[in-house]
Amino acid sequence: MDNTLQTEKFYYDNKIVKWFAYATILWGLVGMLVGLLAALQLVFPVLNLNTAATSFGRVRPVHTNAVIFAFVGNGIFMGVYYSLQRLCKARMFSDALSKLHFWGWQLIIVCAAVSLLAGYTTGKEYAELEWPIDILITLVWVTFGINMFGTIIKRRERHLYVAIWFYIATFVTVAMLHIVNSWEIPFTWMKSYSWYAGVQDALVQWWYGHNAVAFFLTTPYLGVMYYFLPKIANRPVYSYRLSIIHFWALIFLYIWAGPHHLLYTALPDWAQSLGTVFSVMLIAPSWGGMLNGLLTLRGAWDKVREDPVLKFIVVAVTAYGMATFEGPMLSLKNVNAISHFTDWTIAHVHVGALGWNGFLTFGVLYWLIPRIFKTNLFSQKLANWHFWIGTLGIVFYAVPMYWAGFMQSLAWKEFTPEGQLKYQFLETVTQMRPFYMMRSIGGTLYLLGAIMMTYNLIKTIRAGKAVNDEAAEAAPLAKTYVEHSGSHWHRWIERRPMQMMVLSLIVVGIGGLIEIVPTFLVKSNIPTISSVKPYTPLELQGRDIYVREGCYTCHSQMVRPFRSEVARYGEYSKAGEFVYDHPFQWGSKRTGPDLARIGGKYPNSWHFNHMYEPSSMSPGSIMPSYPWLFENDIDTAVMGAKIRAMQTLGVPYPEGFDKVANVELMKQAESIKQNLAGDKIEIKSNREIIALIAYLQRMGTDIKLEQKATTASNN
Amino acid sequence: MSVLYILVLASIAVAAFFLAAYVWSVRNDQFEDNKGAALRMLQDDEPTKQ
Ligand code: HEC
Repeated sequence: MDNTLQTEKFYYDNKIVKWFAYATILWGLVGMLVGLLAALQLVFPVLNLNTAATSFGRVRPVHTNAVIFAFVGNGIFMGVYYSLQRLCKARMFSDALSKLHFWGWQLIIVCAAVSLLAGYTTGKEYAELEWPIDILITLVWVTFGINMFGTIIKRRERHLYVAIWFYIATFVTVAMLHIVNSWEIPFTWMKSYSWYAGVQDALVQWWYGHNAVAFFLTTPYLGVMYYFLPKIANRPVYSYRLSIIHFWALIFLYIWAGPHHLLYTALPDWAQSLGTVFSVMLIAPSWGGMLNGLLTLRGAWDKVREDPVLKFIVVAVTAYGMATFEGPMLSLKNVNAISHFTDWTIAHVHVGALGWNGFLTFGVLYWLIPRIFKTNLFSQKLANWHFWIGTLGIVFYAVPMYWAGFMQSLAWKEFTPEGQLKYQFLETVTQMRPFYMMRSIGGTLYLLGAIMMTYNLIKTIRAGKAVNDEAAEAAPLAKTYVEHSGSHWHRWIERRPMQMMVLSLIVVGIGGLIEIVPTFLVKSNIPTISSVKPYTPLELQGRDIYVREGCYTCHSQMVRPFRSEVARYGEYSKAGEFVYDHPFQWGSKRTGPDLARIGGKYPNSWHFNHMYEPSSMSPGSIMPSYPWLFENDIDTAVMGAKIRAMQTLGVPYPEGFDKVANVELMKQAESIKQNLAGDKIEIKSNREIIALIAYLQRMGTDIKLEQKATTASNN
Repeated sequence: MSVLYILVLASIAVAAFFLAAYVWSVRNDQFEDNKGAALRMLQDDEPTKQ
């Protein structure tokens, strides 16, 4: 082996890191501002502004997508592009791919914001983006992957530092999650239906949703933590061995925990229990990781007291520990029975988002920007202020939300001694207002901190000069080494026919699956409750409006089998009721009441008035008004395409139904119009509100209480 | 619940990928020198002489 290797000179690409940092700051501010708007809308419904684009059901997905994929997304890429180059002792594989990745991602964000506000949504939380954007995401993600693996291959450091493993896990898993969950059938150039229906759709969605938290908000940021924390504190990670165990344990456990989002729903019991077991096991590696991070700072606590950067990171890691302790607790069925559908969940995710992701991002930014610009941070004092205001913001956000969630849940479940429900739903809504107000104040403080950071960083940038290409020097990898240590991995496999066979079986199996699965899903959509019928054309249109307006951001469609819920909403939901629901709309939050059995509860005129001005029927309601539904015409031009798409998915509309669907639609619309006229309400029969009413009146009516006995299990 | 097959298979596929990665990393002696790995990442690679 040649030990006299010549060192090589090369340059780290700081420019791309800088761009991602700018994007992180910009989208962070935007995402938080939109979040604040959504929060305030729940206190002052007038802030919905009575227009479609600004109403809560559309604003909330913009907020979640912006903070997850735009703020944290760019934060991930900032951290990865900075640390990967240094850990590999190599410039990024391709500058062109870096640029493509950067601009591609920003394009996705802009398309996402515009299309969501315009009402193009798949109706699946955190996967709301429609099919053309889904394809764009896939392409840009692959670009990122090539760039990352290219860099790893040309690295000058043989050892792959643990952070790189976290990045690889992120890339591979997110790719898979995105592709499986976004499987949809387009029927116009911007609209599609989820390939899966009902329970199946729910399961795929939460398998995705949970792992999006795991592999987009957690693993890449753990990689960032394992690089930046030691680097900033200038001391090695407490236990490198523990970090490796943390990694492998985490990725093997995380993927199975998704069903904990569907406890007490129509999902089979064994799947629910599986989710719980894996969730509880996750505490071990998560806490190992947190302790590893905190213990890295042992003996350096005096530094922490001085340095705002370390303070941010310490709170971030602590928040990671809190969230990963709380998560498994929320996966226990008895806790979940209380927490689910309430603001408790909102508190939980914000401890993670504001504490872990937000504070880690801030810490890294405060450290990175001065480094790239070869100067000092403009003001340590201001950064300290940011730290305290931000921390206060988190407290003001989380505490009221925990409190609200707990109170609300108890109120929903409380019975009088006579056995009646104690509270009307509306009472539990108006009780929440002070808490929602406090939460908005918390959010405002947090945003204020972020604005202070932006000012601080702009001043820093102005004072320095960016080193866009940072010179570095390292010896290339000794080629001989690889051979000596037992060769390339596939040569190892090639020498072992058994392993080879197993691996290829897996690969072939996946290929076969892709072919078989569609037919096989369609088959399984045959209803097992004979009274459950496909939606009529008008109801289908109404359902699509329900999805478009994001009603699922406030309403669930899943009555859980509890006495309190059956008393409040009616018979609990069965898996067989959702077989035609592409996508499912079970929801995850009850800001408003469950709607699974709303059909027939009120006359048409009630819904008419309520949708026009909710507080006219429910004084003190915080539901937005939907005046545009009374002016827009039902989009009958796409009716045929919708029916055909549904037929492809196995919904048993008769042959040729797409041609006559609009006739049916008009017939039903006319009858609703007549019915409304009976209550002295004048409206044209082709308005969207008519379709929405048709859908609301259909919901949950297919299965009547007395049929309970004949209900077969769906599986 | 046929969709479970997809999810389980997709999850297993990913797990298999990581298992292979793990086997590779062990055989590649990635975890031989943990102290060194943790220390080396602290060093910067600034050119010694210009
Ligand atoms: C900001 C959250 C929010 C959004 C978005 C929202 N709602 Fe509501 N909704 C509520 C609240 C709160 C109530 C309870 C008070 C009331 O009756 O207005 C409610 C009540 C209802 C009710 C009466 C339920 C009952 O059993 O009394 C219906 C029906 C309804 N909403 C339909 C919709 C539809 C359809 C959409 C979408 C177009 C929608 N909501 C969007 C918050 C929301």
